[in-house]
Amino acid sequence: MHFDAFDRFHENESFIHRLDPRVKVVLTVAFILSNALLPDGAWTTFALSWFLLLFANALSNLGLTFTLKRSFIALPFALVAVTVLFSIPGNPLTTFHFLMWDLTITDAGLLRFVSIVIRSWLSVQMAILLVATTRFPDIVHALEHLRVPSILTTIIAFLYRYLFVLADEVFRLLRAREARSAAAPGLKSGGSVAWRAQVVGNMAGQLFLRSYERSDRVYNAMLARGYTGHMQTMNPHELHRVDFVTLIFAILFMILLQLAGRL
Amino acid sequence: MLYSPKPMHIPDGFLSIIISVICWAITVSILAIAISKTNKSLGEKQVPLMGVMAAFIFAAQMLNFPIAGGTSGHLLGGALAAITLGPWAGMLVMTAVIATQALLFQDGGLLVMGANILNMGLLTAAVGYGLYRSVSAKSDGTRLAVAGVAAWLSVMTGALFTSLQLWLSGTARLDLVVPAMLWVHALIGLGEAVITVAALGFILRTRPDLLGEQSVSAQGSRGWVIAGVVIALLVTVLSPLASADPDGLNRVAADLGFINTAHSGSGPLAGYLVPFLANASASKILAGMIGAMIVLAIAFLAGHTLQKKTQTASNNK
Repeated sequence: MHFDAFDRFHENESFIHRLDPRVKVVLTVAFILSNALLPDGAWTTFALSWFLLLFANALSNLGLTFTLKRSFIALPFALVAVTVLFSIPGNPLTTFHFLMWDLTITDAGLLRFVSIVIRSWLSVQMAILLVATTRFPDIVHALEHLRVPSILTTIIAFLYRYLFVLADEVFRLLRAREARSAAAPGLKSGGSVAWRAQVVGNMAGQLFLRSYERSDRVYNAMLARGYTGHMQTMNPHELHRVDFVTLIFAILFMILLQLAGRL
Repeated sequence: MLYSPKPMHIPDGFLSIIISVICWAITVSILAIAISKTNKSLGEKQVPLMGVMAAFIFAAQMLNFPIAGGTSGHLLGGALAAITLGPWAGMLVMTAVIATQALLFQDGGLLVMGANILNMGLLTAAVGYGLYRSVSAKSDGTRLAVAGVAAWLSVMTGALFTSLQLWLSGTARLDLVVPAMLWVHALIGLGEAVITVAALGFILRTRPDLLGEQSVSAQGSRGWVIAGVVIALLVTVLSPLASADPDGLNRVAADLGFINTAHSGSGPLAGYLVPFLANASASKILAGMIGAMIVLAIAFLAGHTLQKKTQTASNNK
């Protein structure tokens, strides 16, 4: 499989691409935290947050609407928040009948719902920008610098490395199933749902054994190459002055946002 | 096409700061124990084993089977990971999977990752492993049947805790989000159960040593049984209670300072909650327990059939 089939990194040369991964991870989390801390209905401040996001988009040379186009992934989840439309007491806006309930949308409920969706939409875009401008191994390395236990970061690094190998295994299994699932024209192919699920279960079991045995071989190969329980890196990240300056200015801007949101 | 988002992954913005922080605190403390435990039991081998097995769970989630009308069932893997690798290693593997889904695919948020890991990685592993371990000395058929129930309940546990966190954050209404999430995941859980049982059955037929008493998977102590059973019981009691008596839970949450009392049933809409309350919550809990027992019975029957199949398969060799 081509190595970048899962990769969300976009090769480019820009200010954001050159920033230290640690700074980018910290700022992304800070931006999400800042959105979460803003009170409901702080529309101007939400707009200012969005400008910060657009500014970051522009600096990344990927296009102003780059993250916007990819930001709809979190939208289906907004369905669960629909219930707040009816649950918060306030002035009724409109009432409609649904199954056995009379549902009234209140202004307070609408305010809360829109705020939740905006927060989520802003947050997911910054996370998209982070992976689009930072190679995944660099993100993992940054996490290690940020005191995430090295065992976890190493597992994630391994996951990423072998994901492509195991995805190939999955595609082989799926192709084999496809090849054996011939159907005569006009006839329904395949057995019952339970039977199909069992086929997938057998495939999962097969995949488990292949992965388990592969991990043994990987371990032996690592031992043969002098593995002592620690991963070495040849890419020590260094913080430059531009990283510190960016970090300080961005954090200051977010603090101002918080103040503005509470005026 | 290669990666499709799954339900239950909470995005950023849907949980309040307080709930996010509490979930992170629980998750971090459990993970700290898990790290020290796997360090002792697996040593330097833990990195390649858990790393590749995390990739396995990730890849196994791509396996799907068509159900009807364009929907498809697939694996979440929490119970399977805990049963095959042991509870602590299973938790670390699931944590790595959920972290990668959030970091690489934005499936689930960063600030709320603590809650996502807790719901889909830690609770699923505890329920899945605890229930499975309670019958570890029994026959293969019983073990498979219980593994199926455990897998189903692990999905329900994750769904219930997800909806409770959403409700405590003021993002969803209790009496709507709990039944909705539980119904959807009752179906998803069936797929999870069948795939988990079939995968375990396959491993039992081909490499029984991996699930034997000497393997890493058998290193959890009896404490897991208690933890698993307690969480499972909690879910069985809490699920019907949440839909039958939302006001009661709302009051508890308000007393604990989680939600604003103004959110509970004092508004102009409080009236239409009454039909729900008309059903006594006790009878609903009873109904939930009877339902759980029926599922258990079906799973036992299915397990016995599977065991017969396994025996005929090994006799034919």
